[in-house]
Amino acid sequence: MLRISRALHDAIVDHARRDHPDEACGLLAGAIGTDLPERFIPMLNAARSPTFYEYDSMEQLRVWREMDDRDEEPVVIYHSHTATEAYPSRTDINLAGEPGAHYVLVSTRDPETAEFRSYRIVDGEVAEEPVEIVA
Amino acid sequence: MAIEARIPTILRNYTGGEKTVTGEGATLQDLFVDLDSRHEGLRGRLVSEDGSLARFVNIYLNDEDVRFLGGVQTPLTDGDVVTILPAVAGG
Repeated sequence: MLRISRALHDAIVDHARRDHPDEACGLLAGAIGTDLPERFIPMLNAARSPTFYEYDSMEQLRVWREMDDRDEEPVVIYHSHTATEAYPSRTDINLAGEPGAHYVLVSTRDPETAEFRSYRIVDGEVAEEPVEIVA
Repeated sequence: MAIEARIPTILRNYTGGEKTVTGEGATLQDLFVDLDSRHEGLRGRLVSEDGSLARFVNIYLNDEDVRFLGGVQTPLTDGDVVTILPAVAGG
């Protein structure tokens, strides 16, 4: 189960809307071991593509170092699908490299309603989990 | 000549859970071979079959992405820190 504040949920959806029709990507950092997402970190999609996303490698190093210094970890790793459902693609599954993270997918294919879903992806296995939005 | 290598969570099954291991080598590819002698299988996650850097792994020498240096041929010196991060990417 992913517990996430309304503000962080909305920040992810807003970012996905803003970058549509390209995929948006980023993460939520939280204190190590708490499983609590606290800090919104939108990332550049270095691929600038409607069908692919990739963090910029130098931005990633900077952000990962910053998390280390603050005793944080990536609690949520998010990206958007802009024409398909919010379900991990084969590529998403093959490249998932953070077994401890919640993988959040947002679909912006519907201009009115954003689909917001969360998964664990470990060793090529996908497990969807409930999302609880708290105040 | 000691080089420190920082290992991401997903590859720590090769290092007995260690976050940091040390090795040696005049170049990055030498370091990978040295590390693989004690952490078997690690090298196969960092380079592709032709020996070049694997596509979706980021490797940094100190503060630089080695793709912008010399790739696997990047020379190393004593005290260097090599950081490995899985690329965050998908479709």
